[in-house]
Amino acid sequence: MNGRNLPPPTPSLSFRTRVRISFHDEPGSRGMGFRSWTRSSHILLTLLLVLLVPFVRAQDVVVGSKKFTESYVLGEIAKKVIQDTGLTVEHRQGMGATGILWEALKKGEVTMYPEYTGTLWQELLKDPKKPTMTEMRAECAKLGIGVSDPLGFNNTYALVMSDEKADKLGIKTMSDLAKHPELNAGPDPEFLGRKDGWGPMCQAYGLKFASTRAIDHGLVYRSVAHGDIDVTDCYSTDAQIAQFHLRVLDDDKDFFPAYRAVFLYRLNAPPKALEAIRTLEGKIDDATMRRLNAYAEEHKDYTAAANQFFGAGEKSPTGKPLESESLSAKILRYTLVHLKLVVISLLATILVAVPLGILASRRGLLSSAILGFAGIIQTIPSLALLVLLVPLLGIGQWTAILGLFLYSLLPIIRNTATGLQSIPTPIRESAQALGLEPEAQLTKIYLPMASRTILAGIKTAAVINVGTATLAGLLGAGGYGEAIQSGLNLNDVGIMLQGAVPAAILALLVQFLFDGLDRVLIPKGIR
Amino acid sequence: MIELRGVSKSYGGQLALAPATLRFDDGKTTALIGPSGCGKSTILRLVIGLIEPDEGEISIGGKKLTPETLLLRRRGMGYVIQEGGLFPHLTAEQNVWLMMKHLGEEVKDCVKRVTELAKLTRFPEDALTRYPGELSGGQRQRVSLMRALALDPPILLLDEPLGALDPLVRNKLQTDLKEIFETLAKTVVFVTHDMGEAAYLADSIVLLREGKVVQQGSLEDFQKRPADPFVTEFLSAQRSLVTI
Repeated sequence: MNGRNLPPPTPSLSFRTRVRISFHDEPGSRGMGFRSWTRSSHILLTLLLVLLVPFVRAQDVVVGSKKFTESYVLGEIAKKVIQDTGLTVEHRQGMGATGILWEALKKGEVTMYPEYTGTLWQELLKDPKKPTMTEMRAECAKLGIGVSDPLGFNNTYALVMSDEKADKLGIKTMSDLAKHPELNAGPDPEFLGRKDGWGPMCQAYGLKFASTRAIDHGLVYRSVAHGDIDVTDCYSTDAQIAQFHLRVLDDDKDFFPAYRAVFLYRLNAPPKALEAIRTLEGKIDDATMRRLNAYAEEHKDYTAAANQFFGAGEKSPTGKPLESESLSAKILRYTLVHLKLVVISLLATILVAVPLGILASRRGLLSSAILGFAGIIQTIPSLALLVLLVPLLGIGQWTAILGLFLYSLLPIIRNTATGLQSIPTPIRESAQALGLEPEAQLTKIYLPMASRTILAGIKTAAVINVGTATLAGLLGAGGYGEAIQSGLNLNDVGIMLQGAVPAAILALLVQFLFDGLDRVLIPKGIR
Repeated sequence: MIELRGVSKSYGGQLALAPATLRFDDGKTTALIGPSGCGKSTILRLVIGLIEPDEGEISIGGKKLTPETLLLRRRGMGYVIQEGGLFPHLTAEQNVWLMMKHLGEEVKDCVKRVTELAKLTRFPEDALTRYPGELSGGQRQRVSLMRALALDPPILLLDEPLGALDPLVRNKLQTDLKEIFETLAKTVVFVTHDMGEAAYLADSIVLLREGKVVQQGSLEDFQKRPADPFVTEFLSAQRSLVTI
């Protein structure tokens, strides 16, 4: 907000000064009355709009990532190389699963995200015959999407065993494994059951094992390291491979489809950003990616992991390491996004719900329709409501804001309607009998009198909104939900609390803020 | 002069006012009296336009009332109801000058007017900045009267203005009201169910029964020339009359 001037004093303020002079003998409320009510609303509105300014600044490039460590790290690496070109970059971490990122890319909500070739042709393009890179590029181009060259590593299914044992038995490839039927296997239950999984693989290589029992993925590495089992399946860049000193056996018959990492990007992305991404092509091999994944999981810090990449050989153009966010910077970032979601959606709700509440206060068909509609929305669980909006609007902040907007409608509409309906008939008739126009009756008499109830509705909506906005993390909208998601993903309570605690504090602050606003906005005579 | 010609009103089949023809003279005070539900309040509400007549027409100073002139008509009348109808979020003075400010009067003129009215209605000036909730019942009625008089309308309508007050306060306000009516010489129509009050304050009394006008005249007319046995019955029911 550098150099922004303060707005000139509003006419209502100078009115107040004038009143003060003519009422110099009276301190306090004399002479303010209904004007003070509208004036405070104006000041409040201006204040909120000024608060919003920092939020609406758009980024040149938005990098998305899926909800697992490797995707986060690749996203951070992309952020770094693009940032070095001087463009502004936002990395929306862990926006969700493949489908969500693909939709977001098609809609232009993200400029690029890391994807795998196997996923691209099987899940996204749904091409039964394995297409070549050129064919995939042609298909994607029809959607305005480009595909980078592979970054190097192949994150596919693989068989692993302990380095030590593999050395002893002289096993390097999966074909070598066929010579050792005395080994015990412990595949992941899902892989064991897949039609293109364990069975066909054993057939293709002629593998036989002394025993085969399914072991949960969470335990399997430890079991291999301890020698409980000898062979298991995994993803070839899993962090644990380095951590537990395991060996990935070469898929020498090319049984597993390739899952080579590429960046999918919008063809209309800034050329400088695309050039930057190209510098990553072929630069990240399996071992490097495994190391970075291990680093990220060990340190719970994706940014630091990305820096490891640049630190170890690959210099980023400026050579400056990407700065890891401090805890306070991270919480500040979450807070700003969270506030953006809450403030924009709440303001929009107030602007729509108060007029709707006024309409709904006049009993009749329209009133029933409005209250019925808002009631139905409120009945839908908040999570379901947010998810229902995804097919319509894709994912991202605006979907979350729309969801929060809809979810906040009912308390404000209902309280506005109830507040207005509860104004006694003698007061209404007095306002009419004075000869006030209907609009003036509303703004000067009815709304100020209903202000306590209306504000209570807004307060309820705001507090619910702060809580519901944590679900926005699911839609890749950021905010405290991002930390909660990330913590769930890493199974790290500490990271979850980075979102959960500030969210609780914010809800309390909102409560206090509105208690304070009550004093300013509710006329003294009815407090 | 307010004239009602063949004006009637019913609510959902229930007759509130049978076709009535009445005249309220300029500068005179008229009392509408009768038992509950006789239609006396209906007449005031028709005149100020809170309700529309089913048939007949109302004219003021020879000009017929129409919905188009509703706002102007209301601004030319002051209206006081039983509980005052004060706006609780505004102080006494804000209640009084609400319409003045709304119509663009200068603040200093508003203050001057409120001070004048406070003197006229014997309302303590230091209580002007209080909210209605902080005033006594009698004070609230005085503020309500001040608000009705703020725009200096030629017509003043009062619907049981003293109905909710205890006898002592009521007595004091009756005296003050009489003085105010005499000072201002406005066309006043007020509703009461107390013949003593009607006789004390009004130049002319209209007795109503079940939506019909039974008789219009002075207390003397009612006593000496009753138009209907009901007049005598109504008078004898009001024992306090003996002392008047």
